[in-house]
Amino acid sequence: MSKFTRRGLIKTSATVGAGLAMPTFITSPLAAYTNAPTGGSVTLGFNVPQSGPYADEGADELRAYKLAVEHLNGGGDGGMMNTFSSKALKGNGILGKKVEYVTGDTQTKSDAARASAKSMIEKDGAVMITGGSSSGVAIAVQGLCQEAGVIFMAGLTHSNDTTGKDKKANGFRHFFNGYMSGAALAPVLEARYGKDRNAYHLTADYTWGWTQQESIQAATEAKGWNTVNNVLTPLATTDFSSYVAPVLNSGADVLVLNHYGGNMINSLTSAVQFGLRDKVVNNKNFEIVVPLYSRLMARGAGENVKGIFGSTNWHWSLSDEGTKAFVKSFGTKYGFPPSQAAHTTYVQTLLYADACERAGTFNPCGVGEALEGFKFDGMGNGPTEYRAEDHQCFKDVLVVKGKENPTSEFDVLEVVEITPRSQVEYAVDHPMFAGGALGKCNPGA
Amino acid sequence: MKSISNADTRTLYFVAIIAILAPFILNPFPTDSGLAQFNAGYPDLMQRFAIYGILAIGFNILFGLTGYLSFGHAAFLGVGSYSAVWMFKLLSMNIIPAIILSVIVAGLFSLLIGFISLRRSGIYFSILTLAFAQMSFALAYSVLTPLTNGETGLQITLNDPRIFAAENVSGNLPVTSLFGMEMRDTWTLNLGAWDFQFNIGYYICAIFLLIAFYLSIRIFRSPFGMMLRAVKTNQTRLNYTGINTRPYTLAAFVISGMYAGLAGGLMASMDPLAGAERMQWTASGEIVLMTILGGTGTLLGPVMGAGFIKYFENIFSKINDTVLHGWFAWMPDGLENVIVWILHLFTGKGWHLTLGIMFMLIVIFLPGGLMEGMSRIGNWWKRRKGGDENTSEAKSTPAE
Repeated sequence: MSKFTRRGLIKTSATVGAGLAMPTFITSPLAAYTNAPTGGSVTLGFNVPQSGPYADEGADELRAYKLAVEHLNGGGDGGMMNTFSSKALKGNGILGKKVEYVTGDTQTKSDAARASAKSMIEKDGAVMITGGSSSGVAIAVQGLCQEAGVIFMAGLTHSNDTTGKDKKANGFRHFFNGYMSGAALAPVLEARYGKDRNAYHLTADYTWGWTQQESIQAATEAKGWNTVNNVLTPLATTDFSSYVAPVLNSGADVLVLNHYGGNMINSLTSAVQFGLRDKVVNNKNFEIVVPLYSRLMARGAGENVKGIFGSTNWHWSLSDEGTKAFVKSFGTKYGFPPSQAAHTTYVQTLLYADACERAGTFNPCGVGEALEGFKFDGMGNGPTEYRAEDHQCFKDVLVVKGKENPTSEFDVLEVVEITPRSQVEYAVDHPMFAGGALGKCNPGA
Repeated sequence: MKSISNADTRTLYFVAIIAILAPFILNPFPTDSGLAQFNAGYPDLMQRFAIYGILAIGFNILFGLTGYLSFGHAAFLGVGSYSAVWMFKLLSMNIIPAIILSVIVAGLFSLLIGFISLRRSGIYFSILTLAFAQMSFALAYSVLTPLTNGETGLQITLNDPRIFAAENVSGNLPVTSLFGMEMRDTWTLNLGAWDFQFNIGYYICAIFLLIAFYLSIRIFRSPFGMMLRAVKTNQTRLNYTGINTRPYTLAAFVISGMYAGLAGGLMASMDPLAGAERMQWTASGEIVLMTILGGTGTLLGPVMGAGFIKYFENIFSKINDTVLHGWFAWMPDGLENVIVWILHLFTGKGWHLTLGIMFMLIVIFLPGGLMEGMSRIGNWWKRRKGGDENTSEAKSTPAE
């Protein structure tokens, strides 16, 4: 075939060597970070579920993003920009550049979400990605943003892992998490339902369900409850009757539904149809708990949510200035009040813009530094802090209940208690959050 | 390449040239123009074109030659991805061991499934493969969570052992590479208003695509390929003449499973994440669509079908209402809203609808897929040229 000669060998190794050295030449060293905006505008990527079980939440998130962009560019009434404790935003875009955006459909699937985020970064030049209902998606996209060197502002993601074992230096979460839900909910449940209870968990089978179930179980067992069983249900399930039926004879007197969105609507409806709420087990009324609540879900489940307890990140009926301003501008634009998903995504967009202004750059490392340890107020949750060690926001948590006498189709939840931040706070190395590393901020390029 | 005919060599060169120039061909519109929406020349999508091309070529070896319609090919893709990600977690970020393992594991897995499913043919075979694929999906999705990380998908982390890799001092997630060439490295060429992106990962995929394509030509033209075609034409007759067809069909099944494994391994090499959705039956159905759309049993068809579907999935799904309003802003308000409302059904979330209509049209009017369309145009062209030799000179300037 070929003859090995010394000359040939030298030639070949020189070619191979040049080939291996190539990448150092062809990476363009011009920009200091990925997608540095060059013209008069900056592009943000809004990556939300437009199909799948969380599509309702995704649609509301998108509305909030559009509103935030309008406010950042100086349109509308400014919303929460007027009540925000930091005054760096001037309504002239971010750092004088007009804010533009691209949208994508995550389909509530990690693969599709990453493909969509990748095309935003590679094709549209997005300098920040935000969104994601479903923690699985949020974690997958957060990992991608870390690799690509852009900031990820997490939307609706409630898993402990997002800022626990899967935390990333380029990722930031404003939303609360499973641990906080458990810590806020357990004392209320103890006060209403007593210490001696047997709980049966139905849990969405992915990172969010697992960690929330673990948190609720730990928090309720600390109050003296007993956990009878925990059954994992696939995210794509639509008919929960085969999961609800075994609850009847399990000896449990509380059913905890670790479900969200369309899943929760279906499983709760199924549980109510089986007559669980009218049953008396162990001489106690059978109760249902939905640890993570949202108005959209409550509305979808209709009558069934009356009197059912849960926790939420924010609710539109709060009476602080930030909430009022946001509900007003959202209501004026769309004709109905925003959900907690809309709130957290709106706040995340403003927080990102504000951090850019304060840092004076879009460089992810500068923005990250500006967000770490940032304390702010006026965004609807009271005083809030972005903890530097894990990029999780710490703030008060709301315990809510399905309203017995709703006055409108939006007025379906009532706030039972505002659990103070101190009660839901945990150490960075808490066992439920251990095992990951933030790493270093990655500016890409 | 002396053992393949001139026509095949020309096809191979054609694919090679297209693959090399893809960054130019797929980016016909200036970056800042309104039509830039239709540009497909960015690394992620180009990688997908090549990877799904490999997948469809492999599927075509089974379906196109033997006529056995497997509805479970996504399972091999998924298995390949998981193997590759595990290699990244355990050994190093070099893509070579990852791709080798993914091909081997997918091969073994397809040997097992093929051995059982090939006891039946026709619709029963399809149903068996579908059942196996759904079983694999359910396993990956929940039962085997420690191995697959369930719905979240298997990802690399900072704490992975990676025994052959140098110690990570940067504090960043390591990136997949081939002896130091990072898959994500991209060099952008600015030519006036145009930006062309040359990505290492894409060219690696393209090289694999060419190898896969060459191998498939060899298989098509070999006695083995002839035997597979005989199976498709009349298996009963072969059996009567005393030939046992099982070893041939099983070999075809395993080869095409390994192609899928290669695609899965490459996919994980470009983006080190493996999700269970990759194995769902809709993903398997997509592979069938690609092959039929492009032209079953042709060499080039499946690659074109794969590109066609991926283009729709990634480009049409991005056209949202705001973009539409931007296009038709010059119209009077009422008319604009009506047009946007109509187009809204076919773009953005509705891209499936557009794809469905295209698929129907192609299957009804061009049963041989895109390849038949091309050969019809080719024939028409030849006839026109042959028919009136004298006047053709003036007329035959290419219609753009």
